[in-house]
Amino acid sequence: MKLELQGITKVFGSLVANDHIDLVVEPGEIHALLGENGAGKSTLMNVLYGLYDPDDGQILVDGRPVRFKGPGDAVAAGIGMVHQHFMLVPVFTVAESVALGYEPAGPGGVLRLDEARRRVREISDRFGFQVDPDAVVEDLPVGVQQRVEIIKALSRDAHVLILDEPTAVLTPQETDELIRIMGELKDAGTSIVFITHKLREVRAVADRITVIRRGKVVGEASPTSTETELASLMVGRAVSLTVDKDPADPGEAAFQVKDLSVVADNGTVLVDDISFDVRAGEILCIAGVQGNGQTELAEVILGLEEADAGTMTLDGEDLLGRSVKKRLRAGVGFVPEDRSTDGVVSSFSIAENLVLDLYDTAPFARGLSMSPAKVAANAEQRTEEFDVRHTSVQDPISTLSGGNAQKVVLAREMSRPLRLLVASQPTRGLDVGSIEFVHKRMVAERDRGTPVIIVSTELDEVMALADRIAVMYRGRIVGVLDAVDEDGHPVNRDVLGLMMAGVPLDEAQRQASEHMSALAMADLDGDGIPDALQQGGEEQE
Amino acid sequence: MSEHNPSGRPTGSDAGEEQAVAAAPPGETGVSGGHGPTHREHERPTVLHQILSGSALMSVLAVVLALLIGGFLIAFADQDVREASGYFFARPTDTLSATWTSMTEAYIAMFRGSVFDWRADTFAGMVKPFTESMVFSIPLILAGLGIAVGFRAGLFNIGAQGQIIVGAIVAAWLGFHFDLPPVIHLLVAILGGLIGGAVWGGIPGVLKARFGANEVIVTIMLNYIAVYLITYILKQPAFNPGRTGQRSPAIAADATYPLLVPQWLWPGNGFRLHWGFVVAILATVLVWWLMERSTVGFEIRAVGANPAAARTAGMSVGRTTIITMVIAGALAGLAAGGQVMGTERSLTAGVAASFGFDAITVALLGRSRPWGTFFAGLLFGALKAGGFLMQSLTATPIDIVLVVQSLIVLLIAAPPLVRSIFRLPDPGRPRRRRAAPATTEATA
Repeated sequence: MKLELQGITKVFGSLVANDHIDLVVEPGEIHALLGENGAGKSTLMNVLYGLYDPDDGQILVDGRPVRFKGPGDAVAAGIGMVHQHFMLVPVFTVAESVALGYEPAGPGGVLRLDEARRRVREISDRFGFQVDPDAVVEDLPVGVQQRVEIIKALSRDAHVLILDEPTAVLTPQETDELIRIMGELKDAGTSIVFITHKLREVRAVADRITVIRRGKVVGEASPTSTETELASLMVGRAVSLTVDKDPADPGEAAFQVKDLSVVADNGTVLVDDISFDVRAGEILCIAGVQGNGQTELAEVILGLEEADAGTMTLDGEDLLGRSVKKRLRAGVGFVPEDRSTDGVVSSFSIAENLVLDLYDTAPFARGLSMSPAKVAANAEQRTEEFDVRHTSVQDPISTLSGGNAQKVVLAREMSRPLRLLVASQPTRGLDVGSIEFVHKRMVAERDRGTPVIIVSTELDEVMALADRIAVMYRGRIVGVLDAVDEDGHPVNRDVLGLMMAGVPLDEAQRQASEHMSALAMADLDGDGIPDALQQGGEEQE
Repeated sequence: MSEHNPSGRPTGSDAGEEQAVAAAPPGETGVSGGHGPTHREHERPTVLHQILSGSALMSVLAVVLALLIGGFLIAFADQDVREASGYFFARPTDTLSATWTSMTEAYIAMFRGSVFDWRADTFAGMVKPFTESMVFSIPLILAGLGIAVGFRAGLFNIGAQGQIIVGAIVAAWLGFHFDLPPVIHLLVAILGGLIGGAVWGGIPGVLKARFGANEVIVTIMLNYIAVYLITYILKQPAFNPGRTGQRSPAIAADATYPLLVPQWLWPGNGFRLHWGFVVAILATVLVWWLMERSTVGFEIRAVGANPAAARTAGMSVGRTTIITMVIAGALAGLAAGGQVMGTERSLTAGVAASFGFDAITVALLGRSRPWGTFFAGLLFGALKAGGFLMQSLTATPIDIVLVVQSLIVLLIAAPPLVRSIFRLPDPGRPRRRRAAPATTEATA
């Protein structure tokens, strides 16, 4: 099935989310839709899936114009969508989930689950999904849940499958599996629209790449373009993907964690007896798939979460048992994982958000009385220094883009003398330009001799920033390794990926040497030689 | 600073947390971040936020609409209208003119009873209605400010009623039982009332901060306790020496609020207006400073708007909850002092009337801004004062005032309803812009 979008325009108020977008998806191709967060990718796909009514333009299926009044029409036309956040009922079985909304019924409206089960098995076998129709959804790993979503779409005879940021929640190995599945589907004649902002994946799987920026198609690219070319196209200017940093010059172990455990109220062990230390002037990255205790670890460092066992010292001082405020005042800088929930008060002004933790100290307050002039002056200075694009510091922070809001958080946390910086997912949801900025600041803080802990689920970020990497899996630290070994070789992605799935370091190294993943095979620098094969080559130096 | 939530994590089940959850834009909580249709970080306001961030225009429209609906209810209750409607199809104009007459007469009577009575003999008599409105507004403004402070912290303090009663008991006891020098006696009594209210307000604050008890339920229960407490106390010899009824001895003259317009300044004015109104103005200014210019207010607003971010920034949500409730109770205690030492000059079982509940409406109508609350209190005081004359002149039941007040709450709680009636654009779409909170303040 050939799918064409012609001149699609969608306007939200004064914001043109899609501006005359043309897109052609040929039968049996994997078409990547590449763009930064907020570029308008999801809007376009929601138009295609019938969730939004376009203000202008038309959709053609096999050359015939169609009009979707809702997702039902889109599904009937053979379009399937796998959302970033799965639309599954946790307590249903796979077969029930697939049948939902399209229930095969026998006489008298009796649900024929065997029919659904048969359909799941058939599709699963055809593409090697290995999904048990009777498994309960909530018991399945994320990667398998995603396959259930794909089966659901295929069971409704989807010829075009839209995958919205499908790899965001997957381990590298699961991503590999997904890439394999996408290949199978393609061979079977299904077209795939693959929405992402991850360059590496695009180059690994796409047949064609359409780049969107600020609601407009800014170009088509072939998978042979280098990542730098793609990134420049996506951002609209030249960007450096690597972080320029000198080798770390670490000092003493400044921040030490010993036998730390956190147990949830319901008895679940969130952080399981972990020990590590961070030296002054080094970046320790905590890698791992989302939800393996990293969040709780970061929170326990700041004191938002109570430790149930273990010790934690900063420059020899015990931190546990102190209030959040005392830890902040002791020099702990904290960039929370969820900016909008924990980082800023969205109805407060930019200026107020910049003093959210220092509002009661000089010069912003004398006694109980705050000085709005000092708060505003501070805001002018910080926004200048951290390049926060804004109209007025008195505007609510909700008027800022994600990247600028994050800069406000950084400006606040880094404006006082730090003895430890903890940043959780500091670049999540940011555009490439802001990511660059945040990374530079993190490295600058390290070079000032501050111990830095960065929690990240993005392997690229970990590899770019870390001096040492600790991998967490199910609340434990699977292993700690240097980001660059003695010979100057960066750590193998596959080793990290396996460790993120809980494989111990030694075993991971052994397995990685036997098998190379598709993503590691991807060619970062575009010289025709897969990166993984360049290990030991002088290009990496 | 050292107290913390016993569970370690913020407890659910309170409005504040729900706000935090609701405030998180769906895309941003996602694993790889939002890539929604816009660049802006969206804001999902809760109902409370919606009410409080509505524009002054919405409040005014709600009042106008409520008065209009109230007008029709007045007409329905009117004898002439009902008689005329009996032969509506024969002479419909009779019904319509009767409706118009009853509505206008009722509201004109209300205006005469609350703002300016041009039929009075003296000028003092003409302006007396307005001073009456001011007298009625004192407890509404003060208790309303207390509720408003709570709203800003994300707390539904339903307990102003109980806080007023307890404050009144303490203030009255200090007022009639002791014999202190002038001025000092009044100040002691005011302070006593303030502390009484603060303690009664602080209890739910502590229970919420330490044990996660829902402040709505606790304050409602404390209201009951206060009601029975005052009934009990008024039966005790100390409060009711002659066992003459539900009234304490009169407050000592030194402990009463002096009249604002004394007889020697304007002989024969007959105003009941006392210095409690000045206290209400001062309290409004103080609350404005507290909320907008002090570190305490900064904490209260931060905790109210996003408790998770406040915690992350090192604020103690529990401590702020307690402080907020103590301030709210103290303001209710001031309201009690105005009643006991100014308007009533003794303690009665009905000292709090329904001020504690009306104050919630006042705070909502004032959108929890200090000056907004002040003018909302004045309006409600006028409705109360005007209601009496309306009842005696036009036989319209005074309950219609309650109906109007309730309609105001209803309309304010449903901004989309008012917007659709007046065909106003939804400010939340396409781009959410916060109405400048200064609009009412500026008019002050």
